[in-house]
Amino acid sequence: MMRTTILLVAGLMSASATSSLAAGSEADYKAAFAAAEAANKEAGSLRNQWTVTAAALSDAKKAADKGDFDQAVAAAKEAEALAKASIFQATSEKDAWKALEIH
Amino acid sequence: MGANVRAAIHLAVALVVLAVAAPPFVFAAETPDPVADAKAFQKFFTQKFPKLKPEDFVNGPYSMNEDMHKQWEEKEQFPPYEFSLEAGKEMFTKPFSNGKSYADCFANGGIGVRQNYPIFDAKEGKVVTLELALNRCREANGEAPLSYVKDDMAALTAYMAFTSRGKPFDIKIPNDPRALEAYENGKRYFYTRRGQLNFSCASCHVQNPGERIRAEILAPALGILNAMPIYRSEWSGMGTTSRRFTTCNSQIRGVPLEPQADEYRDLEYYLSYVSNGLPISGPGARP
Amino acid sequence: MASSIRVRATSSGETTEVQALIQHPMDSGFIKDAKGETIPPHFIQELTFEYDGKAVFVADWGAAVSKDPYVKFSFKGGKKGDDLKVSWVDNKGMSDTTTAKIQ
Repeated sequence: MMRTTILLVAGLMSASATSSLAAGSEADYKAAFAAAEAANKEAGSLRNQWTVTAAALSDAKKAADKGDFDQAVAAAKEAEALAKASIFQATSEKDAWKALEIH
Repeated sequence: MGANVRAAIHLAVALVVLAVAAPPFVFAAETPDPVADAKAFQKFFTQKFPKLKPEDFVNGPYSMNEDMHKQWEEKEQFPPYEFSLEAGKEMFTKPFSNGKSYADCFANGGIGVRQNYPIFDAKEGKVVTLELALNRCREANGEAPLSYVKDDMAALTAYMAFTSRGKPFDIKIPNDPRALEAYENGKRYFYTRRGQLNFSCASCHVQNPGERIRAEILAPALGILNAMPIYRSEWSGMGTTSRRFTTCNSQIRGVPLEPQADEYRDLEYYLSYVSNGLPISGPGARP
Repeated sequence: MASSIRVRATSSGETTEVQALIQHPMDSGFIKDAKGETIPPHFIQELTFEYDGKAVFVADWGAAVSKDPYVKFSFKGGKKGDDLKVSWVDNKGMSDTTTAKIQ
């Protein structure tokens, strides 16, 4: 039972670390953070940033400052995903808004 | 489950909903027709709430059910915005250091003009809201501008709204392509989904007026600015239109734009125009 | 300076209905400001309505009462044209009082 649990947990953990297979290093964090920031900046130019993106970026930085680069990379990746989703939202809404309009 | 997964699900659901709700035919780029828009807008709400008179919509959530209406009647006996209104009158009538006053910046001395705002300024080519006009008046007379989201601006607009009570919204869209574009921008902003929660203004105020979001009853979009500025119990204080727009954005987890950003000015222009004919009821009170 | 107390008292022969709106921050002492510092408690502790030299309504308030409190109550008696005195004292020793005519 215990072994199954450990295997399950290990499986879940490796599944959730989407693209970063190795344990996060400072270099990994810096790259992930830069990518997230760039995406969030693009969302900003579309005037459509999300509050949760800023929160994830802040979490990433805090974790990195503490030296927990695993967590920092995870948070930065989440921030990037959120930023990209907000870009997708802004782009698709350019036409999609019309569906809600009262005629 | 990470927020990115949740966000992806939100978007996926939204897209499915949109695909299902898509109109049977797609219009080519149409020329904007604000007159038709306003007519359709008012018809949508009066049909949705047939028991309400058009002027009832300016009370927002309080016109949405019997219990809320009773609360409104009680609140009207001793409205919580009275202190702000009194302060606003004092502020409005007090001259600037250079001897001039707000009255010098507005038609009719600023009395009974609130229903005309926002105004399209042809020289600037942009929409000017009442809050913006007040701060420009201050700056033109050597005074520091007020915060758009704090009490002083709310007090001033409360007084100006009070002097216009009962007057119908009378927003003009001049025959100028820039004015039409501002109107369209405002309309687009109103219907565009934003924030992680993927709501547009319409999600709550067109699709769900009278329904609850958590413990609050949602107001209809028709007449939604007529009561501004409002004493909101949730804020334990007064709030301007700028405050409402910015807090609404953060509530749906979208980073708010700067108060009086172009988008907000245009949004106020659109929302006010489609409520033309409905009486100013400000300052107001809300839960 | 304008009074912090707005009061309206209406007599219907047998009873008088009183409504009052008081401007006061009613800080509970539990809220932090934007800088993260606790806003010190500042609230009305006693509110008194007097008619004909006698207290007709006394409230002992504390931190649970919200900002700009509103009070409504009725008392037996009270004639049109008579005075109704309202006064409050808060935890900092500040106070205000006003007298209104019963309508």
